[in-house]
Amino acid sequence: MSSIALKLLKPLGLPEKLSIAQLIKALLVPLSGILVFLFIWNIAAQNIHTSLGEFPGPSQVYEQSINLLAEHNRERQKEVAFHQRQDVRNAKKLAKNPDAVIKTRPYTGKPTFIDQIGTSLVTVLAGFFAASLIAIPAGIVIGLNKTLYSAFNPVIQLFKPVSPLAWLPLVTMVVSAMYVSDDPMFAKSFVTSLITVSLCCLWPTLLNTAVGVSTISADLNNVSKVLRLSWLTHVIKIVIPSAIPMIFTGLRLSLGIAWMVLIAAEMLAQNPGLGKFVWDEFQNGSSNSLGRIMVAVLVIGLIGFMLDRVMLVLQKKVSWDKSVELR
Amino acid sequence: MTAKKHLELTGVDIDFPTPNGPFKALSNVNLKIDRGEFVSLIGHSGCGKSTVLNIVAGLYQATQGGVLLDGREVNEPGPERAVVFQNHSLLPWLTAYENVELAVKQVFKHTKSKAEMKEWIEYNLHLVHMDHAMHKRPDEISGGMKQRVGIARALAMEPTVMLMDEPFGALDALTRAHLQDSLMEIQADLNNTVIMITHDVDEAVLLSDRIVMMTNGPAASVGEILEVNLERPRHRLELADDPQYNHYRAAVLSFLYEKQRTPGEPTAKPISQQTPAASVAADAADTEATTTAVKTAKKPISADEQAA
Repeated sequence: MSSIALKLLKPLGLPEKLSIAQLIKALLVPLSGILVFLFIWNIAAQNIHTSLGEFPGPSQVYEQSINLLAEHNRERQKEVAFHQRQDVRNAKKLAKNPDAVIKTRPYTGKPTFIDQIGTSLVTVLAGFFAASLIAIPAGIVIGLNKTLYSAFNPVIQLFKPVSPLAWLPLVTMVVSAMYVSDDPMFAKSFVTSLITVSLCCLWPTLLNTAVGVSTISADLNNVSKVLRLSWLTHVIKIVIPSAIPMIFTGLRLSLGIAWMVLIAAEMLAQNPGLGKFVWDEFQNGSSNSLGRIMVAVLVIGLIGFMLDRVMLVLQKKVSWDKSVELR
Repeated sequence: MTAKKHLELTGVDIDFPTPNGPFKALSNVNLKIDRGEFVSLIGHSGCGKSTVLNIVAGLYQATQGGVLLDGREVNEPGPERAVVFQNHSLLPWLTAYENVELAVKQVFKHTKSKAEMKEWIEYNLHLVHMDHAMHKRPDEISGGMKQRVGIARALAMEPTVMLMDEPFGALDALTRAHLQDSLMEIQADLNNTVIMITHDVDEAVLLSDRIVMMTNGPAASVGEILEVNLERPRHRLELADDPQYNHYRAAVLSFLYEKQRTPGEPTAKPISQQTPAASVAADAADTEATTTAVKTAKKPISADEQAA
C-alpha cells in the first residue's frame, strides 16, 4: 500500500525513502492545503451570482465532470453503433451483389470534452517539438559564436515577449495562403495552432541553450582543443552534455508557455481543442456552462502540471549531475 | 647531446591586449629541453609560468619568437603535447574510462582496433592505479583520483611532451606525495619529456632533472636554471637528510625569496639581516608558494613524507 503511495508521490518531487510519520506529513500537508482551497472556493462560489446562475462550487464541478465523461461515453457508443449499422448495411449490399461499390463513411459526431483534450495535447506536443527542433540547434550555433549571438540577440529579445494573440491573425492568413493542398495531411486549424504555439515557445529554449552553450568552462574547451576534436565531435561530446541543464530549463519554460498559448489560440481562432470547448460553453450559456468551464480550467491546470512533471522525469534521466536537486 | 634539441623555445614574447594597451607577460623566454627530460617551471604567482606552458601547448600564440618541437613549429594545440590541467578538467558526464576513451579514440582511431584501444585505455588507467574505479564518474571519486585519471588521459595520448599545469596544486599533502611517487614510477617506465609547473619547492627538486626559475612579471623571463643531479630512483625519506638535496632546495628558495621577492614588498635589504626562517615567515601571507616554503623550512620531513 505504502509502496503505491510512494510511487504516486515520486513525481511530486518527494524523497523516495519515507518513514510512516514522514509519509503522513508529506501527504497531510498538501491535502490540508487542498481542503482549505476547496472550502474557500465553496464559500466564495455561493456568494457570486451571475446571469448564468451561481458560480460553480466544487460539487457542481464534480457533477459536471461526471456529466462530461458520460457524454463522452454516450458519443462513443453512438459511434460504435454507427459503424455497426454501416457494416451490416454494406454486408447486405455485398450479399445481394458481390460487385457493388460500397462506401465507408467516417463518423461525424461532435467532439466531446475528452476528444478536445486529446486534440489539444497532440497540438501542444507537435508545436513544442517543432519549436525545440529549431530552437536547440539554433541556440547551439548562436551560443558558440559571439558575433552571431550579438547579431541575433536584439531580434530574439524583440520577439520573445510577443503575445500569441498578436501572431494569430498573421499566422492564420499565411497558413490559408500557403498551405493549399487537395488532400491535406493535417487540418489547417491544426497547422495554425501549431505554428502559433511554436512561434511563442521557441524563445526560452533558444535563449537558454545559447547561454548554456556559451558558458562552457574554458578548461573543457581546452581539452577539446588539445584533443583536436572536430567541430561536430566537440558539439556532441562536450557542448551538448555541458549545456543539458540549461537546455532543459529552457524546454520546461517553453512547454509551459506552449500550453498556455495553445488554449488562448484555440479560443480566439475557434480551432478544435480545450480552448474551443471553453469558448463554446461560454457562448452556449446554459445553467451548466460555468460548471463545465470550471472543469476545463482544472483539467487545463492538471495537464500543464503533468507536462512539466514529464519533462522533469526526462531531465532527471539525461542529467549527469545527480548531486543537483531538480525540482 | 645532439645539436638539434627536442623542444626549443626561442625568444618567446607574448603581449595580451588590454584596454590600456598591450600587456607584456613574457619577454625573451629561451629554453631548450632534451628528450626524456623532466623540467619544472617555478616562480611566484602571476609570473607567467602557465603562459609558457600554454604557448608550448599551442593554446596561446607567442607574439614574438616561437616553439620548435623536433624541428617543427608549434602553432596549434595537439595531442602530441598532452596537457594535465590543474583542476583535472575531466568531462563530468563521462566515467574515468570514457574520459580516457575520448582521448584514445581521437588519437588512435586509425591505428588501433577496438580491442587494442580497450586494452590501451585499461593499461593507462592501471598505470595510475585507477583499475578499481575506472567506471566511476568524476563526482564519485576523490580529487586525487580525478587527477590520476587526468594523468592517465594525457599518457594515453602517447604524447611527445607531457605538459602539467600545477597538477597536484589542488590536492592535500598526503595525496600529493602519493601522486608524486606514482608520477616518478611512470616516468621511470616511459621516460616521457615532461614540463611541469609547480609552486612547491620540494616537488620541483624531487621530480625534476632541471628546475627553471622564472623572474617576476610583467615581462617575466627565465631567471636561473638549476640542474638537479640526484640519482634516480629518488626516495623522499632518504633525500630528506641528503645534503645535496637540501642544497638544491636552498638554491631554489634563495632565488624565490631573495632574488625574486614578490612585488609590492619592501626592498630585499632586511632579509640578509634576518634568519632565513623569520624572513620567510614574514612573507607568509603573500603567496601560496611562500606558505609551502614556510612548511618546508620549518620541518623538512612533513607528515605526508612520513606516511609515504
